[in-house]
Order: sequence, then C-alpha cells, then structure tokens
Amino acid sequence: MAFSRARRNLIAELGAHAILLTFTVIALFPVLLVLINSLKTKKAIFRAPLAPPDAETFDLIGYATVLAQGNFPFYFWNSLFVTLGSLFLVLLLGAMAAFALSEYRFPFNRFVALYMALGIMVPIRLGTVGILNLMVATGLVNTHWALILVYTAQGLPLSIFILSEFMAVVSKDLKAAGRIDGLSEYAIFFRLVLPLVRPAMATVAVFTMIPIWNDLWFPLILAPAEETKTLTLGAQVFVGQFVSNWNAILAAMALAIIPVLILYLIFSRQLIRGITAGAVK
Amino acid sequence: MGSLKLTGIRKSFGAVDVLKGIDLEVADGEFVIFVGPSGCGKSTLLRIIAGLEDASDGRVEIDGRDVSAVPPAKRGIAMVFQTYALYPHLTVRDNMALGLKQAGAAKDTIASQIEMASAMLSLEEYLQRRPAELSGGQRQRVAIGRAIVRDPELFLFDEPLSNLDAALRVNTRLEIARLHREIRSTMVYVTHDQVEAMTLADRIVVLNGGIIEQVGSPMELYNKPANRFVAGFIGSPQMNFLEAERAGEPGCASVGVRPEHFSVSRDGGRWSGEAVHVEHLGADTILYLDSKEVGTLTARLFGEHAFTAGDTLHVTPLEGQLYRFDADGRTLF
Repeated sequence: MAFSRARRNLIAELGAHAILLTFTVIALFPVLLVLINSLKTKKAIFRAPLAPPDAETFDLIGYATVLAQGNFPFYFWNSLFVTLGSLFLVLLLGAMAAFALSEYRFPFNRFVALYMALGIMVPIRLGTVGILNLMVATGLVNTHWALILVYTAQGLPLSIFILSEFMAVVSKDLKAAGRIDGLSEYAIFFRLVLPLVRPAMATVAVFTMIPIWNDLWFPLILAPAEETKTLTLGAQVFVGQFVSNWNAILAAMALAIIPVLILYLIFSRQLIRGITAGAVK
Repeated sequence: MGSLKLTGIRKSFGAVDVLKGIDLEVADGEFVIFVGPSGCGKSTLLRIIAGLEDASDGRVEIDGRDVSAVPPAKRGIAMVFQTYALYPHLTVRDNMALGLKQAGAAKDTIASQIEMASAMLSLEEYLQRRPAELSGGQRQRVAIGRAIVRDPELFLFDEPLSNLDAALRVNTRLEIARLHREIRSTMVYVTHDQVEAMTLADRIVVLNGGIIEQVGSPMELYNKPANRFVAGFIGSPQMNFLEAERAGEPGCASVGVRPEHFSVSRDGGRWSGEAVHVEHLGADTILYLDSKEVGTLTARLFGEHAFTAGDTLHVTPLEGQLYRFDADGRTLF
C-alpha cells in the first residue's frame, strides 16, 4: 500500500517535472540561441545556427562592435533611466490610487475603478498619433520624460487593478489602529499598508518593467534623438535594409538581458521576503 | 473624566439604514457592553464613537465635549480589535509606544507607561519580540497593553475575545474584568457573546436592527426583559416561547419560560411531552421535549437526572417565572 502510493506520487511528480522542464526549455531556447550565436563568427551563425561555439567558430567580434560603437553604454543608461523612472511612477501612483479606491468611500468610486481597469484592454499604441501631437505641442519630444510619461500611463491600469485587490484584503483593523494612534493617512499607507502588499508590488514591477525595457515603438517615435536613444532603438543601427550585422545585433541583445535580469532578481527576492516577513522575522 | 453621550446617532450605507437613532449615556468609570446579533449595528456604533466612521446624523460627546468632528487620535480613546491589529513590523514595545510617540509624549513618560502596562499584563519578557512571535492570547494582551499605555478616557473593545480559543477566552475575560477594577476607566465593549456581556458589564445595551431594544444591568435584562427579543437573546439555552392560546394563558399573545424555570416530573404537570433528546452535562441536564400541546420545549435541570430520550415527562413553570408578551412582543408585567 505504502509502496504503491509512493510510486504513484513519484510518477505524478515526474510528470509535473517533465511538463515544467519542457516549458522551461521552450521558453529559454531563443535566449540560449541568442547567447551562443552572439559568441560565433558570422559564417558560423549561418552555417550551423544551433551549434555551440567551438575553438574554430568562437568570435567576440559582435561584442567588440557593440562596445566600439561608443554610444552603447549611453543607450544602456537611457533605457535604464526610462525603465526605472516609469517603474517608480507606476508603483507609487498605482499603489496610491489603489489605496484610495479600496480604502475611501467617495462618489463614483466604482466608476473610477472601472475606468482605470478599462485601460488594461485598450492598447496605448492606438493613441500614438495623438500622443505624438501632444508631445510636440508640449515640447517633450526627444526627452526622457516623453517616454516615462507614456510608459507610466501604460503601466498604471494593471498596477491599480492588481494592487487594489491586494489592498482591499489588508486588515481594516490595522488601519483603524493606526488612525487611533494618530498616524497620518500617508503614514498608514507607507508604513502599514505598503509593506504588507510588497509581494504584489514586486509582481506589478516585473509585469511593468519588461514591456518598457523591450519597447521599440515609442522610443522610435517619441525620442529617436541620439541623446535619448534607448538600447532597443540603438541596436537598430545594425539592422540594414539589405545587410544586417547579426553579430552585433545578437551581442546587443545578449547584453540587454543583463540589467533586466538583475532587476528581476531584486524584485523576486523582495517577493519572497514579502511572503515570509511575518513568519521568520 | 470619561463620560460618553450619544444623541440621535444614525448611520446609513447607501439605502441601508444600519443605525436608526441611538441615544445613550455612559457614566464615568462604567463598563457598558453592546450586545446583539450579527448585523445589528453594534460594531458600526463603536466605530462611530471611535471616529473611524462618520455618523450620518447625531452627536458624539466624550467627557462633555462634542467630538463629532474630531479625528480618532484626538478623542482620548483607545481601541482593542478582534484581530489584534498589531503593527507587524514593530516590536511589542514599539507597538505600545507608537500612539504616545505620535502624540509627542516625552521619552521617560513613554517608558514609564510601557513599564506600568507590561507589568499589569505580565508582558515584560515579550517587549523585544515582534507580534508574529507571539501566541494569540499574548497578542491580544499586547493590544490591550497598547490601549492602556495611552491612558485614555474611554476604552473601546471590538469583540476582543472572538479570535481566542475557549480557555484563553475565559482567562482574558478575567483579565479585562481585573483591568477595569484596577484602572476604573470608562469602557465600551462590543460582543455577540452574551456570557461575556453578562459577566463583564455594569450595564448591557441590547441592539437589534439598528435600534436599542433595552438598556439595563445584566440581572435586569435577565429578570425583566422589556420585550420578546431581549428575553430570547439573554439566557442560554434560549427562553421557550409558546403561543398563548395553545399554552392556555389568556390575555396575551405569547408566553415565555426560561429552560431553568421548569419543574419536571414523570407524574403530572401543566404541559406534557416526549423527551426527544437529553444532554447530560454533569452540572446540568438539558431536556428537549416534543409536546403535542405547545410544540418543542427546552428544560434545564441542575445536577444529574436519570431521564432518557423516549420518556414522557410533564413540565410546570415555576411560580412567577412565566413571562407574558403582547402581540407586538412587549412584555406585560
């Protein structure tokens, strides 16, 4: 009896692992392909795209090209600044709006919440022409702010939606205790509520960050100037109409993974710490 | 010092009237308990006194001062919550200190207040711990300590024992009773548990459907319930209600007899019925009778009795222990 049960569990466990591993391989395969091909000569990339680099085909020419291009560290900085700036605003404003929507009773509360949630369903790119007109009129074209504002607008609906669900389950008594102890509404928000929804904040951060980091559309339209170029846009110089410098493109892509990976690691640690805060500390 | 006066308190959430005009005066040092079924508005009333909710209409006066527009922190109150509501990121000491710190009290005042409260509740050894490292009973003691430290004019308790298990509930109840004897502050306490209400209160306020049904001392409510609702709500097991006509009692709509006010015999009595279930509790024996004349009856006898299910028994209400109600449920004395 015990033996057969143990076996059944083993089979179920193997099955689960098989499914998860398959998915992991599928998800990571393109990344792996980018990484191995970024380390090969141009000929080797086309001759055997799936082969790992060996002594004969190993070549760092892609990375050399990217780094020699001079402006690339600067593009990195632009991408990072825009991403972190947008992320900060999305999290701060999203959490504050979510707190207000879930905590206070005021006229049209539900209507406002619904209006915010609608933004999840409407792709912001549909408004590109309007946004461009707006940015031209306000003189924000070719500034970091053009991108940060657009990305903040793009990220807010989902962040408000997710965070207000989480804020709603934070103990009402805890907030009441804070009010009786004389904490201001800001103190209640920053000191009592935010630490308790930290896992949700980390989730929102990851969901918000990746599309911003990867975006090509708005940098191309709103901020194509050299001094505001983001990494994705900068990498386009290697894409030609007839000839593309694949070594450089792959190397740029491989390098672009690093910052976002670091950010992800930071957030996922926050996520775990948030979940276990009460239990272990 | 800490008197409380409520005048015409109303509260509506949209179209729903939760409180429909509450008038109440609580004297300084009194222990008053709001009791009533779920949804009767007792917690809402407490939150209005605390200032956590605004009343739709009416005045709240604490110590003779109209506090209707005063924020909770400035009302001179402290509150203990059902879910303890301790700050998870702060130690026990900091949890207790926060209110005074926010009010700008001097460091040594805070320290001496914490020392006094933790001695009173034997919390000294936990002061450096965080709430997550404490048991439920300890957490509630910390929450009570946090209230004492503020030295409020008015203590508010919102079902403080509901999350504790039975044994702890009794202990903490005794602790709260002792606390009230020692510090003699005014306390307003909300519960749905009538045992807590009966054992702790100087006066009980019975709420139902947003209105006060009756205000009185525990024994007043038990002996002289103003109406059928109070009669049924106070006392356990619940009072038996019989239709006057079938019970053979003229001049009223219904009659009530408490289970403990029956004499039971095998030979003869006013109403007879078959015992459908008997509970032997040692100190008490509880009989459930199915009577053809008046329906289901509950009788509570003290001590052990040899009755079993299936026995045919006769019950008679004790002299002067029969309550008579009119058609509106008001008690006829």
